[in-house]
Amino acid sequence: MSWDLKEALLHASKNVQSARDQLCDLDAALGDGDHGTSMARSFAAVERELSSTESNEPADLLELVGNTVLNAVGGAMGPLFGSAFLSSSTALRNADPSLSSPERTAAAIAAAANAIQRRGKASVGDKTMVDAIVPAAEAAATAAGQPDATSATVLRAAAEAAAAGTEHTKELIARIGRASRLGERTLGHQDPGATSITLVLESLAASAGAPVGHPVLTLN
Amino acid sequence: MSRFLNDPDNAVTETLEGFLLAHPELERRGTSRVVTSSTPPTGRVAVVTGGGSGHKPAFIGYIGDGMFDAVVCGDVFASPPVGSVLEAIRTVNTGHGVMLLLGNYSGDVMNFEMAADMARDEGIDVEMAVATDDLGAGSNVRPDQRRGVSGQFLIWKTVGAAARQGASLAELKQLALDVNSATRTMGVSLNGCTLPGSTKPTFSLDEGQMEVGVGHHGERGRSTEPLVQMDEIVDRLVDEIDQDLQLREGDRAAVVINGLGGTPMLELYIAYRRVAKVLQEKGVSIEVNFVGEYFTALGMHGFSVTLMRLNDRTLGLLKDPARTPHFTQTSTPN
Repeated sequence: MSWDLKEALLHASKNVQSARDQLCDLDAALGDGDHGTSMARSFAAVERELSSTESNEPADLLELVGNTVLNAVGGAMGPLFGSAFLSSSTALRNADPSLSSPERTAAAIAAAANAIQRRGKASVGDKTMVDAIVPAAEAAATAAGQPDATSATVLRAAAEAAAAGTEHTKELIARIGRASRLGERTLGHQDPGATSITLVLESLAASAGAPVGHPVLTLN
Repeated sequence: MSRFLNDPDNAVTETLEGFLLAHPELERRGTSRVVTSSTPPTGRVAVVTGGGSGHKPAFIGYIGDGMFDAVVCGDVFASPPVGSVLEAIRTVNTGHGVMLLLGNYSGDVMNFEMAADMARDEGIDVEMAVATDDLGAGSNVRPDQRRGVSGQFLIWKTVGAAARQGASLAELKQLALDVNSATRTMGVSLNGCTLPGSTKPTFSLDEGQMEVGVGHHGERGRSTEPLVQMDEIVDRLVDEIDQDLQLREGDRAAVVINGLGGTPMLELYIAYRRVAKVLQEKGVSIEVNFVGEYFTALGMHGFSVTLMRLNDRTLGLLKDPARTPHFTQTSTPN
């Protein structure tokens, strides 16, 4: 990869921490309002771990992020983000050596999408992170097949699709998890988990040199 | 809302420190969030639960003889992480396996499931039972999508007693599922709650309104309705429970009236008074009752009614002795 994944993950970690209050506000409408807090605390731990590791090997870095998130704060986001990063790490380790760098990036995003669906047992349309990560994985696969593809264009395509998916969650009624008990009261509200996934993908895309035009959150 | 705290970020840690000072018969390793009984479950299955903090006396108040061997504490209203659950499983396993009891919250289910998978990879027998007693979101909600709420107390008590009597891991899992399917809960409240460090409640109602179908995390319920008199509220709750549970004349029942932390006992007993009358009219006999704060929500002014259909075995297990910091009973003659 021509871009520095460690720098990109550090950038994502800082952005997630900056988004703490906005993510809490989104969650207050649908859950117990702690999404921003647990995300910020998880990614503060990620920032610490990344800053102290010697490795620059992408699979190692993703594994480190996965294990850190998994054991940082718990909640629902620990296993979901943790499994996503661990699976993307495994996907990179097991990737066919003949794959191009953008194809490997797309494979890592696809593995993350599969892990989140498997662990959370949610489907597209349930108003969860799945509504961001599944379209992101599809867009990444398409972008990786373009002749002029780079990891940056793959990440930007993934981030843009995740943002569109996140926007669409406003029109959905939550069908799984804590928010599902609110039924139609969830209409009009953007899913915080989908927002976080998008924020991470946008941060990675920006670090890779392909920032999206309209980020999912305006960070201070 | 103001709270009596030091640094709100230390609320869970400081509670644990105080709890362990007050109850030296409990233990934890270092600064971990795993609390265990100081008596290891030698020769039998260990029973473990856990979840977010903020529900005292649940869950750590029930560690001890006849209930839990270990509890894994998360942050306020947030599941503990996988690593803590795995640590608890390893700590209490004496070779006879570990029974995990938890409520149906996606975070808890995912963290406990991952930890159970990891423990099985290490050769530890682990089973998991997820409670879904809540009818708060309506009986049209699929049973596997319902929350576990205060009816879980009855699962903890029966499974803890059966484990003490030497039941196998498979038997304990089946017992937990049986008690769960014989138990339903409905809750109401007059407010949400304020998390430590937060300045505003999760929701608030105008005077004269009540929230129907609340859980115990300050989350909103199914609907906001005009506050009516207690008897009318209880009739409504019991009726909704009974439409799903279908108690029949001659059935025996256990009743839990659970306060959410900000409800005076005065109100809880007025609720129990009506439940007792309604069940008597139906010809259902209340064999065991628990009125008090068993599973709270940071001072919510609300309560729930739990009804459970009993059989000889579950009645015996509910009456079996237990000795824990917040629930102790000696053997009661039938």
